[in-house]
Amino acid sequence: MAVCIAVIAKENYPLYIRSVPSQNELKFHYTVHTSLDVVEEKVSAVGKSLADQRELYLGLLYPTEDYKVYGYVTNSKVKFVIVVDSSNTSLRDNEIRSMFRKLHNSFTDVMCNPFYNPGDPILSKAFNGIVSGMMVQTS
Amino acid sequence: MAGSQWELPPELCCRPMAFVALTGLDVVYNAVHRAIWDAFCANRRADRVPISFKVLPGDHEYPKCRTKRTSYEWYIPKGILKTGWMNKHLNLVPALVVLFYELDWDDPQWKEKQSECATKVEIVRTSLQGRNTKVAVVLIQKKTPLPPGEDLVASERASALCNSCDLSGKSLFVLPHTDHLVGYIIRLENAFYEHAQTYYYTEIRRVKSHKEFLNKTTHQLLFVRHQFKMAFLSELKQDTQNALKYYRAAYSLVHELRAHETNMLEIKTMAGFINYKICRLCFQHNTPLDAIAQFRKHIDLCKKKIGSAELAYEHSAWMSKQFQSFGELFDEAIKLGLTAIQTQNPGFYYQQAACYSQDRKQMAQQLCQAGMTYPSPDPLDTQSGGLDFYGQRPWRQGHQSIDPTDPEKEKMGILALQIKETDVPHSELIIALLSNAVAQFKKYKCPRMKSHLMVQMGEEYYHAKDYTKALKLLDYVMCDYRTERWWPLLTAILTTALRCAYLMASVKDYVIYCMELLGRASTLKEEQKSRIEKNLFKVLMNKVPEAEAECDPASVSAARSLWTDRMALSGSNEVMVDMQDYIPFIQCKARFQSPSFHVDQPIQLQVFLRADCPHPVSFSKLTVSLSNQEYNQWCVAESSGQDSMTLLPGKARCYDFSFVAKTEDVGKKVEMTGVEMMLGSDSGRCVFLSWRGAGGDAASTQEALQASRSSRRWGRGAEARQEPDWDSLTLQHSTMIISRVPKIRVQLCHQPPALTNEMYCISLSVQSQEEDVARDVKLTAGLKPGQEAGLGQSTHVTLDGSSVCDDNAPALLTDVPLGDLKPGEKLEKCVYMKCVSTGPRVFLFHVAYSIDTAVEGRHIVCKCHKVESPYVAGKTCMCVCVCVCVCVQFEPLERVAVDIPFLLMTDVVSSSPCPLLLSSSCLQLQTITSNTPQLQSQLQQVVLQTGECASECFCLRCPPGTSSSNTVATGQYVISWRRKSSGADSPLIQTTVSLPHVILESVPLYVYADLPSFGRVRESLPVRYHIENRTAQVQEVEIAVDPSDAFMFSGLKQPQGRQPDDASIAAA
Repeated sequence: MAVCIAVIAKENYPLYIRSVPSQNELKFHYTVHTSLDVVEEKVSAVGKSLADQRELYLGLLYPTEDYKVYGYVTNSKVKFVIVVDSSNTSLRDNEIRSMFRKLHNSFTDVMCNPFYNPGDPILSKAFNGIVSGMMVQTS
Repeated sequence: MAGSQWELPPELCCRPMAFVALTGLDVVYNAVHRAIWDAFCANRRADRVPISFKVLPGDHEYPKCRTKRTSYEWYIPKGILKTGWMNKHLNLVPALVVLFYELDWDDPQWKEKQSECATKVEIVRTSLQGRNTKVAVVLIQKKTPLPPGEDLVASERASALCNSCDLSGKSLFVLPHTDHLVGYIIRLENAFYEHAQTYYYTEIRRVKSHKEFLNKTTHQLLFVRHQFKMAFLSELKQDTQNALKYYRAAYSLVHELRAHETNMLEIKTMAGFINYKICRLCFQHNTPLDAIAQFRKHIDLCKKKIGSAELAYEHSAWMSKQFQSFGELFDEAIKLGLTAIQTQNPGFYYQQAACYSQDRKQMAQQLCQAGMTYPSPDPLDTQSGGLDFYGQRPWRQGHQSIDPTDPEKEKMGILALQIKETDVPHSELIIALLSNAVAQFKKYKCPRMKSHLMVQMGEEYYHAKDYTKALKLLDYVMCDYRTERWWPLLTAILTTALRCAYLMASVKDYVIYCMELLGRASTLKEEQKSRIEKNLFKVLMNKVPEAEAECDPASVSAARSLWTDRMALSGSNEVMVDMQDYIPFIQCKARFQSPSFHVDQPIQLQVFLRADCPHPVSFSKLTVSLSNQEYNQWCVAESSGQDSMTLLPGKARCYDFSFVAKTEDVGKKVEMTGVEMMLGSDSGRCVFLSWRGAGGDAASTQEALQASRSSRRWGRGAEARQEPDWDSLTLQHSTMIISRVPKIRVQLCHQPPALTNEMYCISLSVQSQEEDVARDVKLTAGLKPGQEAGLGQSTHVTLDGSSVCDDNAPALLTDVPLGDLKPGEKLEKCVYMKCVSTGPRVFLFHVAYSIDTAVEGRHIVCKCHKVESPYVAGKTCMCVCVCVCVCVQFEPLERVAVDIPFLLMTDVVSSSPCPLLLSSSCLQLQTITSNTPQLQSQLQQVVLQTGECASECFCLRCPPGTSSSNTVATGQYVISWRRKSSGADSPLIQTTVSLPHVILESVPLYVYADLPSFGRVRESLPVRYHIENRTAQVQEVEIAVDPSDAFMFSGLKQPQGRQPDDASIAAA
């Protein structure tokens, strides 16, 4: 399961970021932030070929020694980033995809809330719950 | 350098080339030999064969060859690879020794020379005892050789020489010292290269042949060694494909070795070497993916092989080196044309290398306690000064058993290594790696990764106590994180920066970072903010702030004394901080109350301030500077004594300023150029927080945008809230000063449309509603500028309505003085305008005056003006004249006969919407004369309503003598008119119409009858016909009279006669 899940606004600032409490939170922030380089590159490359536009899943952004970083971009250019431990080899691409789908659905629910102002940090409990379900459970 | 232990040996990193030794060349004193040597070494481009040449003396001692082992049965290897082996084959043991000897075929002392040469060859052979090194002889000759087979002496002597030197014919060469030296040299070296290839081939075969003697239990190390040797020799042979194969085999063998704590380092070292070679060859073969895969495998295999726990930092150092050297290989390959991508570039390897170096530093700090004395005798000292085998410990070389021989020695050795490690400049290494990585990520479009690495660099500089550099780097990246709005990261960077600023006692930086850490972007906890704020206040009171947490105690005490020095220093205790670039703890938003102010109103200006810090902040001064600096004096708020200005946490406070604008500034913009706030006091330290323009900071634009989207804005509570919503406060940084509202009434009265040529009257009435005398009332009236181009010429304006103005009258009358206007007084003025052409026009009436007035107790002279722009509707053409020439019978004439009277009729049709009074009309004739004396105009005082027509008739005659059959201008018809509504004294307008041209014709005979106006029944009616001859000759005339039924006829019925010219005949 994921060790860090982040939602990044269109303007590239974080709307929601959560990581496993056991490890250095800041490091995950940096990891997610640097992964935006690749996301931007991929998104701008997608823009060129119209056929690919429907594919929101960006796949593995880049592997580091310790983590794998996956990305997903909604049509409104909100980015989702999931960081997975490199040692976790049980996770398949399909599972990552379904995680992103779940995340997207929950995010859509947040956006549908009339009291939520797009661009504000996400504080929704329901969203938090979905994310918790996808995170590595640390006892 | 202590770090060099981990450097890869240069002989490993170079490209192995066949080693050929040249002997018998005297390159110092012999010019010919020098030229030959130069030809060998100069210009070694890629197209020349890869050989490394060396000039050696003829009696050079080559490394001794140890006696060949016939059996490996009792042999226990002491290590994997000897440290000298690679160098030996690269630089010491040649594949071929070439003996240069000056000898021509026809040399007179041939015999002697031949035997001397043989001796020299023998000497070389002896020193190469036991080696397979080939020997070749090159004869340097002065003469150009004849083609092979022709020179019998040569071939005979050549075979003799070969025999005496025990050489094969292939090893004897001739080098004529002629013009084509380089060409000969290239041929020679190709031949040498072949010999070298053969040598390396046999060497590889020899090493391979050892294999059968080895057994897997005791000779495991030799398996690796032999594979490595074969691979290396293959490389010397330039057979990189096989070399790669052997290296791969060696790599898998090295991992099959029994690894334990004592030999872990040796295994890793060798694995690293072999891995380096494999990756290098893969890049060389243009299979970068293989290289990357091999490297990943290597890392995965070795990651966990930490080895001795006391020397765990060594593993990190080794790992770091692995990544670094791979990064370098990758980078080199890119320079040779490989393309890398964003997610796979050398930067990642440098970054990882830096990461391991950081681990190394941490572990070294944990493991290596300072203050230990270096053991004596030095366990790291070896007799030879170096190691025999790669990756072994100096105190137990060649030792291959699992347990260390001497635990005491082992302990001392480890201690010595640990003490050595403390001298390693870790931060330097890390920074160098990070900056390599930064350069790569910059190249591959990873700005965020670059920023991240720069943060790491900054932190490393901080650890290395180079605070200036640290701050420089951190400052540089901070703004990236600020614009990207990653607050947690910004806060982390700021915290480090604050520590740096504290430790170097840089007041300004310290204040700035404090302010930003207290601001709303900071994610620090409340108690930390509280501590920082207290520190900030201390600095403001010129006291030494508390130390930052997590600082090294030694540095803290140094910093404290620095601060004390700084505080003691008098002067320079003012700090200016530009707030726009930060997200400070005090937010400022200023605005003019309105985008424009009348000059007689005070200009109002509000400055909103809000503090985000946990404790109240008091400040001593707030000033607003404006584009016109004369106003600045009114925009100062200063705390006076007790009444200090304090901002409460989270509460917005508004400061109002107002001032009166200068009359000179009417029509100008007043802008806020800055807001400045003074924290602290003159007695302590003052910090001026300055905002450019009307405040706002690095984050406020985005916040305002977000607030505008927010639903809260329209929420139910919006009106109920006392304070304005901070985020939706907008800045208004400039205002217009506009002139005072005039209190006069300007009325225009006119009767559109204006008619062409008419003196159109617009009456203007100005009534003062001021309470004071309006002085210098001035009127500007006329055509509004900026309309169609031609209108200026066809419109004339005058104040004089008594006569029709001429074309010199201007289109716009400017600044007509109207005198003073007392309160309530009314002033009237008529303005006349004449339009020569039709079409719509906009006129301008501008009444300006000045008045004394008082604003907030100040007397100012205001200039007011009022503008009216009437639209004079498309003026209609006022009248149309239709003129027709008719004969006496009132039938239209096409031609007019000369000297015969005819009638001219004119119709005047009014198309004006208002009734027109025609005062008179007259004909101005040219050729034609009036048949009747000029009478009074028939149209005098006629009033024409719209569409009505007035006709007039004139009897005209063309005087005799005018040339006939010609068109003749009749003349002009002039009508004088005016509007019926206008007064009797208003000028008459003359409209002139050109009469049509007529075609003249002359008639020879003119007949006319004299008829009584009436006749009576049964009485005779005398009719007299006049016949006039208009020609110059006498004409014969025959007249016939046809009676009508109603009349009886008397008189000549058919008179006949001669008609003299110009005589008339009368008939009754």
